[in-house]
Amino acid sequence: MKRDDLPVATTDAVLQVSAVSKTFPGGTVALQATDLAVQENDFITILGPSGCGKSTLLRMVAGLDTPTAGRIALDGHTVSGPGADRGMVFQSYTLFPWLTVLENVCFGLREKKMPLAEQRAIAQRFIDKVGLRGFEGHYPKQLSGGMQQRTALARALANDPRILLMDEPFGALDHQTRELMQELLLTVWEGERKTVLFVTHDIDEAIFMGNRVVVMSARPGRIKCDLAVPLAHPRHYAMKTTAPFAELKARLTEEIRVEVQRAAGLLPGAQ
Amino acid sequence: MKPLAPVQPGTRLLLGVAFFIVFFGVWAAVTLGGLISKTFLADPITMVHSGWTLLTEGFLKDIGMTVWRVVGGFAIAAVLAVPLGVVMGAYKPVEAFFEPFVSFARYLPASAFIPLLILWAGIGEAQKLAVIFIGSFFQLVLMVAVSVGNTRRDLVEAAYTLGAGDGGVVQRVLLPASAPEIAETLRMVLGWAWTYVIVAELIGASSGIGHMITDSQALLATDQIIFGILVIGLIGLVTDFAFKAVNRRVFPWAQLR
Repeated sequence: MKRDDLPVATTDAVLQVSAVSKTFPGGTVALQATDLAVQENDFITILGPSGCGKSTLLRMVAGLDTPTAGRIALDGHTVSGPGADRGMVFQSYTLFPWLTVLENVCFGLREKKMPLAEQRAIAQRFIDKVGLRGFEGHYPKQLSGGMQQRTALARALANDPRILLMDEPFGALDHQTRELMQELLLTVWEGERKTVLFVTHDIDEAIFMGNRVVVMSARPGRIKCDLAVPLAHPRHYAMKTTAPFAELKARLTEEIRVEVQRAAGLLPGAQ
Repeated sequence: MKPLAPVQPGTRLLLGVAFFIVFFGVWAAVTLGGLISKTFLADPITMVHSGWTLLTEGFLKDIGMTVWRVVGGFAIAAVLAVPLGVVMGAYKPVEAFFEPFVSFARYLPASAFIPLLILWAGIGEAQKLAVIFIGSFFQLVLMVAVSVGNTRRDLVEAAYTLGAGDGGVVQRVLLPASAPEIAETLRMVLGWAWTYVIVAELIGASSGIGHMITDSQALLATDQIIFGILVIGLIGLVTDFAFKAVNRRVFPWAQLR
């Protein structure tokens, strides 16, 4: 991405979302004016009911959608389109079906005109990290859903983005696979210390993965609360049964429940 | 029989061959049994016999001419239509510019152009190629544009987030994603090109399978006409198999289940 604009504000935030809102053509307000600051090495989970605009927010950060108002800045530079500095893992399986696992992971590196040997070395490192050694020559259709998403994670990480955006990446997987994937992502994150913005509607996932959980309200979406997760790293799946986890889960369950009821029109005073 | 239940490969082959046997059996029965007069329909044995005579007396050259015309006209159409279709599929303003005209032009029957083309290009090879070109070009353009335009949006978005630019998305996503479908389109339209070449050869030609068929009509040689038609069918079948085999080789990822 070209970076010819000068930094406007000096903050230590990697990502700064300022008064960003989105209204779709036709007048549907997907997101009300929203502020969010993501610090270096943050793992922020955005939790909300379906249709709350959390994916829209993430897509605007990725540059795939444009905000109706407000500004998104990465390291002080205004985001005006998609770029390699913001890697993304999608909920749908987005591996290129005509490329093997290795070629998929090399996709962004090849775009950077990196020498082939170097591409291979980097790709191999991340393929190993996500536990897919031996599958380099497989086509996506020969892989399970979990393996495809691991490849997608390796592909995004190999590109060394400034921030990793994840849009319900494990949403299409079965429960057991999802839990394995969460642990794997945590292990990778604890090693790489990437800055991550992770959208989910799964409360357990939001707590287990994040340093901070940002809760969004039902449509029109806005940030309802922003809670720190009092769990140390490295995290182990057994933490899901500890008291601090349960406390936070109870609180978030309550917050989300109200929003789902509001969205379903079950609360008095709802539109 | 259970609906949609798959059939064993061996059984499938057997059933496919069985129909050919039934077909030739019925044909032999009605012609050799005298149910249909020889003037209207020759029997299979006479057909094979006169087919052999034809082949030894220069019909191979006619077949060669026809194949050359189909391949030539189709190749010219494909070389121009595929790039235009790709550009139309990728860039919507280009599509908006060409699409209405191409949609209109593809309904113009190629055979109706023959008198006009004879006027313009004479009765030589240029006219034959032009008929096939008109018959294939517009169909190809539209079908290729649709294939490219139907590329999964999430793959395009993934490429953008990996740092691809607009040109990179066309080259590295739109083209490879739609390539198997474009190959399939070429296979189909080549089949249609075969019908145009025969029509072109029925009028104002001095060589080719179509020419032989017109000549045989004057002689009431139904055996030769049928042999000519069968040759076209066989060539079509062979090219179809060849095309499919090449597609499987070139796009292994599209065949995986």
